Amino acid sequence: MSSPAINLGQHADIVAMEQRRRVYSLLTVLIVAAILAGGYTQAETMNSGGFVRGMMQFLDYPGDIVEEAWASGWAFWGIAWGFMPALIETLNIAATATILGGLLAMVFAFLSTRNLDVWPPLIPVSRRLMDVMRAFPELILALFLIFVLGASSVPAMIAIAVHTIGALGKLFSEVNENVDRRPIEGLQAVGAGWLQRMRFGVLPQVLPNYTSYFLMRFEINVRASAILGFVGAGGLGAELRRTIGWGSGEETAALLLLLFASIMVIDQFSGVVRRSLVSGTLLTQRTVA
Amino acid sequence: MSDAATACATDETLMERHAAAVRRVRLGSRAGLVALGLVLLYLVYAWFAFDIPHLIRTAEPQRAVLLATDSVAHKVHVTKSLRNPGFEVAVEGERTATYEHLPDWVRADAAGEDVFVDLGEGHTVTIDGQTLTLTTPESGPITVTATDDGVRIAYSGEKPDWVREGYNVQTDTLVKFDARPTIDRRVQVTRSKMEIHRFFLGWEHFFFPFGSQLHGKSVGELVDLAFSAPRLDPDQSNLALMAETIWTNREWQHRAVAIALLETVLMAVLGTLTAALVALPLAFAAARTFNRIGPVRFALRRLFDFLRGIDMLIWSLIFIRAFGLGPLTGALAIAFTDTGTLGKLFSEALENIDKKQIEGVQATGANRWQRYRFGVIPQILPVFVSQGLYYLESNMRSATVIGALGAGGIGLMLVETMRTSRDWENTLYIIILTILLVVSMDALSSWLRRRLILGR
Repeated sequence: MSSPAINLGQHADIVAMEQRRRVYSLLTVLIVAAILAGGYTQAETMNSGGFVRGMMQFLDYPGDIVEEAWASGWAFWGIAWGFMPALIETLNIAATATILGGLLAMVFAFLSTRNLDVWPPLIPVSRRLMDVMRAFPELILALFLIFVLGASSVPAMIAIAVHTIGALGKLFSEVNENVDRRPIEGLQAVGAGWLQRMRFGVLPQVLPNYTSYFLMRFEINVRASAILGFVGAGGLGAELRRTIGWGSGEETAALLLLLFASIMVIDQFSGVVRRSLVSGTLLTQRTVA
Repeated sequence: MSDAATACATDETLMERHAAAVRRVRLGSRAGLVALGLVLLYLVYAWFAFDIPHLIRTAEPQRAVLLATDSVAHKVHVTKSLRNPGFEVAVEGERTATYEHLPDWVRADAAGEDVFVDLGEGHTVTIDGQTLTLTTPESGPITVTATDDGVRIAYSGEKPDWVREGYNVQTDTLVKFDARPTIDRRVQVTRSKMEIHRFFLGWEHFFFPFGSQLHGKSVGELVDLAFSAPRLDPDQSNLALMAETIWTNREWQHRAVAIALLETVLMAVLGTLTAALVALPLAFAAARTFNRIGPVRFALRRLFDFLRGIDMLIWSLIFIRAFGLGPLTGALAIAFTDTGTLGKLFSEALENIDKKQIEGVQATGANRWQRYRFGVIPQILPVFVSQGLYYLESNMRSATVIGALGAGGIGLMLVETMRTSRDWENTLYIIILTILLVVSMDALSSWLRRRLILGR
């Protein structure tokens, strides 16, 4: 039996809460609108070319390079083929950085998770190390390494790998936090050491998620390696910088096409693999077999 | 008897299951080993593809040391020109920072014919006409004479390993003497110039430039000036004068750096907000739950893929061409890329919402907009806010990178000082500011996420 007075009181509370929430929402909307309006006005005055002129010229450059590419006819595909080594270099940077970064990230992740029987004082140390590696901008590290090691792909690779350790390490350790401890205890009961417990008790649980994050990171790193190439490391980015500097439209178009196509292919491929990992088709196949 | 048979059968199935389990684990181990082997093979290939041996041979680790020293210290140049005779002592060799009264570790006549420089800890340099003598505690004096076609060096013993000699390859004559007995002392002689560097710890002229009235005053004097002393400049108060002097410091360019930081923040904030606000309505139109017209959904999905696939690098290059240098360029490049990403994320979130809430709202007689407002928005708001904040965080980094590609802001400034500057303290200053910017944006976004999503 409910008393109407209490219901009325609750109703009033809810209405008051809703009204407060509306005030907050309105405030948020106003603040966002103010930031957008003020920001764009400011950006418009600071930019060397204005918005209207820019919008009118927006399609000029893509149009120009497509036209030049069209004019070169079948030779265009030869040009694109000629850039294959640069594409491979960019992919190598991304792959090596993801592999090295991913392996170290695994080590860090295992050392920074509370429920995996690690020596406790180690946990905050490895967490802070990962935070630093994640926060340090890749660009700065790459530029510094280019200064010391000379302009090549290795500075970009190291810079991306360091960032990867931080980023993947955090995701991996979140996966580790959620493992089922029962297999670990079972293994402990039969006398398994720490490495054996991790290998047979934890790794099978976390590997599908690791693979999924790993592929996602590879995607991101391909883009990053192209960008860092533009700043001074090798690969597609460096070639792109050269062709844009020389104003060679068909070469630029070929490079952009290669970059776009490879990103699309990697994106689709990793999407398919990740979906099957998450929905567990690979997993169930393994356990059923 | 039947009991024994079942036990036997169970035993057999158990044995089989055990054998199968062992096989599975072995197979897994073997597959793991093969995968590891492949990875190792790939890394070996990468070792040669990147030509690491060549890299190790040509790396210049002393550059790292140089950078580390130079970024926390400033140096004073003592320069004697031989072509157009002249002598000066200047901070970082800059004409605007030339000493009128020589510092006490340099003694010289006006023409610089007879110079004595005390480099500290037993290192001294004397210059007599065309001849320079360097004395260090460990080795005897080294005499270097500048001649018409090069330099002549006389060691009193073996050549120390901190001396580098430069040869003209064509005439095979000695043209350069470059000695660095310690990391903070350097002496260079060519036929046209003698230059002595002495390093001092700290950033010089960070607040007040060399020529200003405020240069070289102690903190106490400055406090005194700010609050009680008579005006140095009759037109403005001393406090205003200080602020203006710092703000217009040409060497450290505080004003330009502040503007560059603002540009980078503008790129990230405007880009992310625009992307989120454009992506939201598009996501509704691309979600199966809210749009029954298949072709429209398909077209929008491909649009999202296209925007994402083009990649920030390509968008930036196109926008830099069309809009030139500035924050608008970076903001639009970020907005275009992330409209694709956020649109995809939001539309997936919209397809996974709980229908019951919408039905509940509908049961009270709500119209279409009220159903969206009270049945849908509250469900996807957490995704919207948290993803938006994640992207704001990552776009702060992207904005520095896009800047470096040519859109301006702190990224471009960083690349330019690194390429041109010999004064690494400016670079370090910009690096510190960039890292602070990125880290504080991370902290702000995770604070907002905690407040807004978890309500703590």
